[in-house]
Amino acid sequence: MKIVTKYHGEIEVNANEVITFQKGIPGFQEENEFTLLPFADDSPFQILQSLKTGTLAFVLVNPFLFISNYEFDIPNQVIENLEIKEQSDVVVFSVITIKESFEETTGNLQAPIIINGKNRRGEQIILNDNRYTTRHTLFKQQTSIGQEG
Amino acid sequence: MLVLTRKVNESIKIGDDIELTVLEIDGEQIKLGIKAPKHIDIHRKEIYLAIQEENSKASEGTVDLLKKLSNQIKK
Repeated sequence: MKIVTKYHGEIEVNANEVITFQKGIPGFQEENEFTLLPFADDSPFQILQSLKTGTLAFVLVNPFLFISNYEFDIPNQVIENLEIKEQSDVVVFSVITIKESFEETTGNLQAPIIINGKNRRGEQIILNDNRYTTRHTLFKQQTSIGQEG
Repeated sequence: MLVLTRKVNESIKIGDDIELTVLEIDGEQIKLGIKAPKHIDIHRKEIYLAIQEENSKASEGTVDLLKKLSNQIKK
């Protein structure tokens, strides 16, 4: 199907590229279908694009690239909801909030996006862990990030 | 809003499967026990609101800002 996107213009999305968020995501409960698009070939950013609303897209990163000691348990209920069978099927992203300056740009470590790559079901989960907030600085250490990808 | 008075160890039922119990009162803090089916998400309200707000802010990113950020990271 053809969809309008926020960052990539009009593109073609196949049924097997659709990720279902059964409950939507907090603040956007009516949005249940998204697709993941790399922002650019050599970019660490992935775009979580709504299929229904062309102007709605989130910028995601792999948080482990930036916060090396980030860790949490996926609640059993989420494992059940997403029908996760193998740990290796799970992909974790953080939603980032982009600001004018690099240093002010933050990642939401308190509410990671979990996707089961096998069945393409996703959920944004809320961690009860006071080490993590909705606004973590990700890009403090500017060195070497570019080399990671 | 429905307002009910409860004492410690007293409960209220919401529908058939949700039960809230006052477990402990300590000054201004009240400890609540919640029994609910697993598919019901339960969150502290301020945390849920913070996530909603951050998602809303995160969705306001623009192509220009993201390009700028990408360039900064590559440096």
